[in-house]
Amino acid sequence: MALKGNLRDFSVVQLLNLINLARKTGTLRIGRNSKRANLCFRGGKLIHATLDGTGSQLVTALRESDLITEEQARTIRARAGERSDKELGLLLMNAGYVSQEEIVESVRQRVLANVYPLFTWTEGRFHFDSGTLEVDGVITVRVDLENLIMQGTRRLEEWERLQEELPDLEISLRFADRPQTNLRDINLNVQEWRVISFINPRNTIRQIAQYNNLSDFQIRKIVYGLLQAGLVEIVRPERKEPKRPEVPEAPKRVAPKKRRPDVKRNVIMRLIDRIREL
Amino acid sequence: MQTVKIVVTGPFSSGKTQFVQTISEIDVVDTERSITRAEEQIKEQTTVAMDFGRITVDEELVLYLFGTPGQRRFDFMWEVLSEGMLGFVVLLDSVRPETFREARDILATFRSYASVPYIVAANKQDLEDAWSPEDLRIALRIPESVKMVPCIATDRESVKHTLLELLYLVLEMMEDEP
Repeated sequence: MALKGNLRDFSVVQLLNLINLARKTGTLRIGRNSKRANLCFRGGKLIHATLDGTGSQLVTALRESDLITEEQARTIRARAGERSDKELGLLLMNAGYVSQEEIVESVRQRVLANVYPLFTWTEGRFHFDSGTLEVDGVITVRVDLENLIMQGTRRLEEWERLQEELPDLEISLRFADRPQTNLRDINLNVQEWRVISFINPRNTIRQIAQYNNLSDFQIRKIVYGLLQAGLVEIVRPERKEPKRPEVPEAPKRVAPKKRRPDVKRNVIMRLIDRIREL
Repeated sequence: MQTVKIVVTGPFSSGKTQFVQTISEIDVVDTERSITRAEEQIKEQTTVAMDFGRITVDEELVLYLFGTPGQRRFDFMWEVLSEGMLGFVVLLDSVRPETFREARDILATFRSYASVPYIVAANKQDLEDAWSPEDLRIALRIPESVKMVPCIATDRESVKHTLLELLYLVLEMMEDEP
C-alpha cells in the first residue's frame, strides 16, 4: 500500500517514525523542486539513501572520509566502468587500499549526510513504495531510525537557530575593517576558504552558496562562524519587516463532560440485530 | 417511541454524507450548499448543518445518524449534534494526509464533549493511494486502545461493520459499568 503526501502535512520526522514503528520495508521517494531523495528501508532500518542521484556513493564516501585522495578518486571513477559499488569495494579491499570496516563506516556517513538535509525540508511530495528496494549492487548499511531522528532533530534545531541568526540570504558580506580575532589563530577548512574567496558586497550570501554548491544550512553555518569570529560583517540592505509569527488560536471552550445516555442493554442488542439484517 | 443517536464526524470531504446515505433507510435529509471557498473546492457541495439519516428498528426504537459539517467554520454545530449521542464515528480521509491533523483535533474535540464510546474508521480504503489503518494509527498517534476499522463509505457492508463495531463497544462499556 502506497503512502503518498506532502511534507507540509506529514514531516520527514513523522515519516521516519512511521517507518520505524511499522518496521517497514520499501523505498521512500521525496521530491522538492528539482531535488530528489531516495531512501531505502528494510524492517524499519535505513539501509541506503541518495540525494539528487549521486553516482557512485562509494568513491564519494571514501573521498569524504579521506581514505583516498582526490586523484585516486578520479582514477577509480575513470576505471570503474559499469562496476557496481559492491564490486568496486571488493576490488579496493583486495588491492589493500581500504578495509571492509572503513568502507562500511564511510558509506554509512555518506548515507547519513544524504538524509540530514531532508529534515529541513518542509515542503515536497513524498511517496513510499512498500516492498520495493532498489539496492542491486549497492553497499547497504543498517541505521537505527531512533538515533537518526534524534540527530536529525538536533540538526533541525541548529538549522532553526541559524535561520534566526541569518534569516535573509539576500544580504551581502564584507571583510571587517578591524577583525576582532587574531588572524594567526584562525584555521579555515576548504569550504570556508571557498566562501571567503567570494566575499564581496556585490555577492549575496545566496549567490555565494550557489557558486559553491552549498545548501542553505551549510552556507548559514559557515557565514555564522565567520561572523562570530569577527572576520566578516553584514552589509545591510534596506530594512525589511520581520515576518510576524502566526497568532495561535484562542483555546477552545471545553464543554463539561457528558456521559452516554441511559440506554438499556437490550436496546443495543436490538440495534445490533437490526443493522445485521440490513 | 425511543430514539438513539450516533454522530458521524471527520474532516472536510472525508465521506460523512456518503456514510450516512449508504446505510439510511430514508433519503438523507442533507443541508448541503455550494462551496464558496476556493481552497476547499474538492467537491461541489458541502454540509453546512448536518446530514440526517434513520434506521428503524421497530415501532418503538429508531436509530438516528447525524453527519456533522466538515468545514471548521460550521463547527458551532458540533456540540449541538453531540448532545445525547450514544457514541460517535470519526471518519478519516485515508488518501489526504493534509487532513490528518484536523482529524486529530476533531477527535479530541468530540472526546471532550462527552464520555461515550467512539470508533475511528479509515475511509476510502478502496482507493489506490489509501494509507492503511495501521499506518494511520501511527500517523495520527491513535493509541492501541482505540478501535480502528477500515471503511468504504460507499459500501453498505463496510458501513454496517463500522456501526456494529461501535455498538459492540457500547455493549462492552455497559458491562464494565457498575
